[in-house]
Amino acid sequence: MMKTSYPLSHLKELEAESIHIIREVAAEFENPVMLYSIGKDSSVMVRLAEKAFAPGKAPFPLMHIDSKWKFKEMIQFRDDYARRHGWRLIVESNQEAFRTGVGPFTHGSKVHTDLMKTQALLQSLDKYRFDAAFGGARRDEEKSRAKERIFSFRNEFHQWDPKHQRPELWDLYNTRIRKGESIRVFPLSNWTELDIWQYIRLEQIPIVPLYFAKRRPVVNIDGQLILPDDDRLPEQYRDKIEYRNIRFRTLGCWPLTGAIESEADTIEKIVEEMMTTTRSERTTRVIDFDQEASMEEKKREGYF
Amino acid sequence: MTTENLSIQEFLDRDEQKNLLRLLTAGSVDDGKSTLIGRLLFDSKKIYEDQLDALRRDSQRMGNAGGHLDYALILDGLKAEREQGITIDVDYRYFSTNRRKFIIADTPGHDQYTRNMITGGSTASLAIILVDARTGVITQTRRHSYIVSLLGIRHVVLAVNKMDLVDFSQDVFQRIVDDYRAFLQPLGIPDLLCVPISALDGDNVVEKSPRTPWYEGPSLLEHLENVRIENDPNLTDFRYPVQYVLRPDLDFRGFCGKVASGIVRQGDEVVALPSGKRTHVRRIVTYEGDIDEAFPPMSVTLTLEDEIDVSRGEMLVHPDRLPQRGRNIEAMLVWMDEEPMDTGKSFFLKQTTNTSRTRIDSIRYKVDINTMEQLSVENGRLTPDTLPFTLNQIGKVTLTSSKELFFDPYAMNQATGAFILIDPISHTTCAVGMITGSVSDQEVRRASGLPVIDLSRLGIDASHHEAIRTVVKELARQGIAVELRD
Repeated sequence: MMKTSYPLSHLKELEAESIHIIREVAAEFENPVMLYSIGKDSSVMVRLAEKAFAPGKAPFPLMHIDSKWKFKEMIQFRDDYARRHGWRLIVESNQEAFRTGVGPFTHGSKVHTDLMKTQALLQSLDKYRFDAAFGGARRDEEKSRAKERIFSFRNEFHQWDPKHQRPELWDLYNTRIRKGESIRVFPLSNWTELDIWQYIRLEQIPIVPLYFAKRRPVVNIDGQLILPDDDRLPEQYRDKIEYRNIRFRTLGCWPLTGAIESEADTIEKIVEEMMTTTRSERTTRVIDFDQEASMEEKKREGYF
Repeated sequence: MTTENLSIQEFLDRDEQKNLLRLLTAGSVDDGKSTLIGRLLFDSKKIYEDQLDALRRDSQRMGNAGGHLDYALILDGLKAEREQGITIDVDYRYFSTNRRKFIIADTPGHDQYTRNMITGGSTASLAIILVDARTGVITQTRRHSYIVSLLGIRHVVLAVNKMDLVDFSQDVFQRIVDDYRAFLQPLGIPDLLCVPISALDGDNVVEKSPRTPWYEGPSLLEHLENVRIENDPNLTDFRYPVQYVLRPDLDFRGFCGKVASGIVRQGDEVVALPSGKRTHVRRIVTYEGDIDEAFPPMSVTLTLEDEIDVSRGEMLVHPDRLPQRGRNIEAMLVWMDEEPMDTGKSFFLKQTTNTSRTRIDSIRYKVDINTMEQLSVENGRLTPDTLPFTLNQIGKVTLTSSKELFFDPYAMNQATGAFILIDPISHTTCAVGMITGSVSDQEVRRASGLPVIDLSRLGIDASHHEAIRTVVKELARQGIAVELRD
């Protein structure tokens, strides 16, 4: 009857760590929010939050920063999921920039991302006075993220200072802040892309269908396969639409997110493709080509 | 990834069962640590091809490994560090093999970054300490090993690197190993393996090398895959610091928390601290349904047979295995802040889920981490001026907390023996501590544990005292207690 060994699988250990982090935020902050990007990592994070407070509900809302250029399927998935699982959902956009017509085709990816994502996020965090914001970033995703703490301090201007991070030890998280300051919290810090897929598979977590391969219309724009999701595709590309079997490895704004040609229409096939793939995850995100160390700069400015 | 022919289904089923090893690497700047990690990642085929392409481009521009791929460049993330050619902060890397998943906390070697090594090492089960075969055990090796022992890491690997530069000499290796064993012996590390490697060429990193036929142990990776860590956590003393009280409706009252140590089973008798009230565990609730038992590091929710009041910061334990309790503790402290210690400050102390105010009552001694000698005022090695801690200093202190603490010595139970101190003004994590025991009442100099405002010392005129008393009273009413002295 008595066991001599109590091993936990890595996924169960990661799950336990994430739940502990999420509960710590709920217990120590007055007004937390979970940033919801509708991507696969967000889907896992939201499920972990549901687990953390079962049979009750998480004591914080989800917030989606809508750049107004997201795939329609994402928006529909977001609304369905939130409704079915009883989440309070906040949707915010940079209305002012939207009214002046900011978009990736007219203003370029850099300006668009800054105004419609980074600035929109910062405005919304200020508007609701959130003191802690969960993000779904993983340390294995990107070099500068590999060095960020799980509880990552932001000053009153939402900036991250990589040289002066608070030491983070054991599971004793320093949550102390002053008015106006905030903490970004990354419960998935120690998960890898494979862990995320494994977990989605095991827990049967719903994800946006765009992750699965299907015959869809695409346009080749500067070597990226772009799915024209609405009529804002510029004139010059409209006669270049072709149909291919494609899927997305990451989801974002449709003009900035390249698809890959793929036959992977199940999670198993996606993992198989991933294990044998020759390109790492973020290379289909157009924005990353801007400059070396671009993520680090965006992060300093307040981007996730 | 897989050498056998597995279907993806089989691969996933197997992958899901792997456990996780968190490890720390420490070495001096030129020991080739980044190269070793790059090699582990590279050879376990977890670096995707386009990352390699980027690496080849980077190597042409600023590599410093001659004709080899510069594995270190894979790791050096932040821009500023690249220019300096050194890693400056804790850096987490992930890889997996057919047997296990690994998280490497890579921490820098140079003097001023004890802080980062402590940060990276706090969650590690195993430490790889690198030495250069040409220089052997140096001051930094001793320092890193001392920190590893301080953190209670039980498994150490001494990787003697750059064996290619000493012609894979067994004598050179053996001298370093003897040296190191002699040094490590008093630190009480239960598990040590010494491996001769060349990180640059890959000898004994993943595969056993034909160039060291005299070496009979496993390759580094084989060891990492097989070292037993399952029994490292304390499984005998149940400690359940309540993290969050869940009350979704009037019928359900659950206590959320992480099992810090020990094992809890449905039906167990538990005692709540500090109230001392006893009851039984009714249910162990998870999202998937109730379970019969929970063990570290599981995060669960307990419901109890009786309606007893337990809040965050309090603890459930088994009545026959109580932790120590008290407001006065003795601990090893590591100073993590660039600001030197101000013993007049009242710090926040966070231990388990419990946050209180604390004051440092005395500094018993500091440790010279190069020689392990104790330095104190009594033995003439310190003066009252040099007594307070500065960045990266380590020593023994006594503390008084404003609230009662429930703890175990860190060596017995890391989860209840660890704490952090937070500066009340800057809010930075200024120190970390490992409790060694309690302090008896007569040893405590100042009993109240509250911050002291001494009006005469501050030179405040008596005409203002009444106003200050009123303010202090009002603060006390709002929950901020200080001791006022005229």
